[in-house]
Amino acid sequence: MYKYMAKRLLLMIPTLFGAAVLIFLLLRLIPGDVCELRLAGTGNYVDQEAIDICRENLGMNDAKIVQFIDFIVGFVTFDFGESMWTGKAITYEIGLRFQLSLQVAIMATVVAVIIAIPLGAISALKQNTWVDYVVRTFSIAGIAMPSFWLGILIILGLLIYSQAWFGEAWMPPIEYVSPFEDLGQNLLQLIWPAVATGYRYSAVATRMTRSALLEVLREDYIRTARAKGLMEKLVINRHALKNAMLPVVTIIGIEFAFLMGGLVVTEQVFNLNGLGKLFVESVLNADYTMTQALVMLVVAIFVLTNFVIDLFYAWLDPRIRYS
Amino acid sequence: MKMTYTKLAISAAVGVGVAMAAFSPAQAIKKGGILNFVVGSKIPSYDAHIETTFGMIHPIKPFYSTLIRVNPENPSSPTDFVCDVCEGDVPKGEEGGTLFKFKIRKGIKFHDGTPMTARDVKASFDKVVFPPKGIPSARKAYFKAVSSITAPDDTTLIFKLSFPTGTFIPAVAMPFNFIYAKKDLDKHGYTWHKKNVNGTGPFKFVEHQPGSFVSGKKFAGYHHKGQPYLDGFKAIAAPKMSLRMQAIRGNRAAIEFRGFPPKARDDLVKALGDKITVQESDWNCFLMVTPNHKVKPFDDPRVRKALTLAVDRWGGSKYLSRIAIVKTVGGIAFPSHPLAATKDELTKIHGYGTDIKASRALAKKLLADAGHSNLSFVLHNRGVDQPYKIVGTWLIDQWKKVGLKVKQRVQPSPAFYATLRKKKDFEVSIDFNCQSIVNPLADVSKWLGSAGNNYAGFEDPVLEKMFLKMTKSADPKEQRKIMRKYETRALHETASSAVTLWWYKINPHRSYVKGWKIAPSHYLNQTLDNIWLDK
Repeated sequence: MYKYMAKRLLLMIPTLFGAAVLIFLLLRLIPGDVCELRLAGTGNYVDQEAIDICRENLGMNDAKIVQFIDFIVGFVTFDFGESMWTGKAITYEIGLRFQLSLQVAIMATVVAVIIAIPLGAISALKQNTWVDYVVRTFSIAGIAMPSFWLGILIILGLLIYSQAWFGEAWMPPIEYVSPFEDLGQNLLQLIWPAVATGYRYSAVATRMTRSALLEVLREDYIRTARAKGLMEKLVINRHALKNAMLPVVTIIGIEFAFLMGGLVVTEQVFNLNGLGKLFVESVLNADYTMTQALVMLVVAIFVLTNFVIDLFYAWLDPRIRYS
Repeated sequence: MKMTYTKLAISAAVGVGVAMAAFSPAQAIKKGGILNFVVGSKIPSYDAHIETTFGMIHPIKPFYSTLIRVNPENPSSPTDFVCDVCEGDVPKGEEGGTLFKFKIRKGIKFHDGTPMTARDVKASFDKVVFPPKGIPSARKAYFKAVSSITAPDDTTLIFKLSFPTGTFIPAVAMPFNFIYAKKDLDKHGYTWHKKNVNGTGPFKFVEHQPGSFVSGKKFAGYHHKGQPYLDGFKAIAAPKMSLRMQAIRGNRAAIEFRGFPPKARDDLVKALGDKITVQESDWNCFLMVTPNHKVKPFDDPRVRKALTLAVDRWGGSKYLSRIAIVKTVGGIAFPSHPLAATKDELTKIHGYGTDIKASRALAKKLLADAGHSNLSFVLHNRGVDQPYKIVGTWLIDQWKKVGLKVKQRVQPSPAFYATLRKKKDFEVSIDFNCQSIVNPLADVSKWLGSAGNNYAGFEDPVLEKMFLKMTKSADPKEQRKIMRKYETRALHETASSAVTLWWYKINPHRSYVKGWKIAPSHYLNQTLDNIWLDK
């Protein structure tokens, strides 16, 4: 088991390095620079000298190899430098957003798991009955409906119905309050995006749970368990569901990693100051240093999540552990 | 009998109340409260001397004062400037308009308690006008005429100009010219204000959570007596326009100072009725059509003239203003400024005639003469809906009416500017001019081939000469006369670039927000000292 873990850990290094090289090169292929955008992009008249000084001060005139070494050294030492746009430390800027994104990801995952596993299991156990059809319709609707669109509907619904019922339109708070400061206010803001993203997330997981469970239920060992006279509840819970969870755990893990940096539009819809919004702003502002750091963070989250999934596999399936 | 007396007393009380209401001002100013407003752009740094975005002005300007400013009670006037940290009237200029002496108020304090004197104002303008090596100044070019700035004592500030120019006072009134403490610059250096705030404005800095909000609280020692009326403000970052609109509808914010499209205004009014007040104004911004003179056939003035002649600006104003933030037909100077062309003067310029059929007939003839009747080209545009993509699509339709076949190439902002400024590999592009203070004498430099923000790629010594003469003139009549010639040269004779329509600023806000008056720019009148909440 330890050898397995060490092997998986070592494999992370080339993955991270490859991603670093790729993002560094790709960013520099995209036309545009932060100084021109920041100073000339507002339509004001700006002295060219100011733009030149800005470039010099941000190290944009340095050789590419020097910039790359700076970036790699920064990544290894967890010092990404300063954002080219705000001049603030990147670790501080990311840290501010990380808390919110992590909370939304956890809340959405909880929503998804609560919905997906029972519904997926029921759907498989009641295959081709009206219950199965209802669950499948519900989950297909979830896949078909983008979470940002559901988010827009939620906000509009809240505005319209609160005005109709109480005379004053109400919408969720648009600024983040830490749960340690005011839990009520925090949940009032984050519950809606968690539901909007959790629903889509649950739809994928429900379908995966259903198909995986159906497959497992047809296995010989399930037939054997039943033939031995084991209670149906035990057959399902101990033998079928646990084995069906392998692909479901993969889906949940990948979706979780995606939520940490990929809620780009949903964060805009709910005005969440999360990593996704920061990502978009950094790309739009041609903020190389911030974009590089964010990409590396997301890559690291994916790599780590995959590592955890691999460990789960080993725990769930002894064949993986022993091989 | 007792009942009769009671009724009489009530009637008398009501009568006195009504009479008092009639004699008191329409609405007495109420003090207190926090103003929540939404901002659609991000703060790069707190140093206004190097920044150009309203994303910094809206949340940070309330912490700072300027030497002079647009009159907060009459901000729609493009020529009404009043003192902020100076006192009396804004100086008219002595020694033939080459010396401006400002009397600085006594008793002004920075938020850290340091007294503010003329030496602080001098140090701040020194940073803007004569920045040390390696320190950028975004507006240095506006002060080319300034030869020296001196502060002989604590209450006197003198600007010496090497030549008289009408651009000077509007340039001083720009909202970016924050007054910093000299001791902060001396002690902490010229980059300290990028991350720190210490001003003399109506509000003291409380907190900035990047990407989320900036908050400020009332500064009791503010130099305009009795102001500010608010206890504080919170500027909430909200990049999506639809969310900013919903925030006002859901009362999470009371106002957004930049401006909404007409549809958002109509939706808010429909949803909230008299709980919404709408202020509207011409906006000191416009989109231009910039042909690349270095690419054939746009080096031919006949082709460029055809491009502007084909566009029905008067009709466009009527219909586009229903869906986009554009409306006013104007030339190169801000439409309501004394230096702007009148309608009679405008209609003599190519593309501004009221007979669109005649204009388009001439456009077709010019294209035929140039041998490009079936010209097809690509219009380069910025990936922003309001108003870029809308105006771009409208232009394509206008050009189609004279036989031009045009495709649109839309790029995100970084790539858009890289194409305009570096690669220059475009045929015709949408370009953008948007200024804070209305300063036509400086703003029209955009038409000069030598200007850093002119992307058409041409040289026109005649225009350069006219510009120099105009900016060095201190006589408004002469300025106006040269401005007409300059405008005719740029838009009519050479058609080097064309103005589409001037923007139109629409600010719907909660009706309980009082005191704020719309200005012709989203950069102006943002000190928030005269705003109060009728709640």
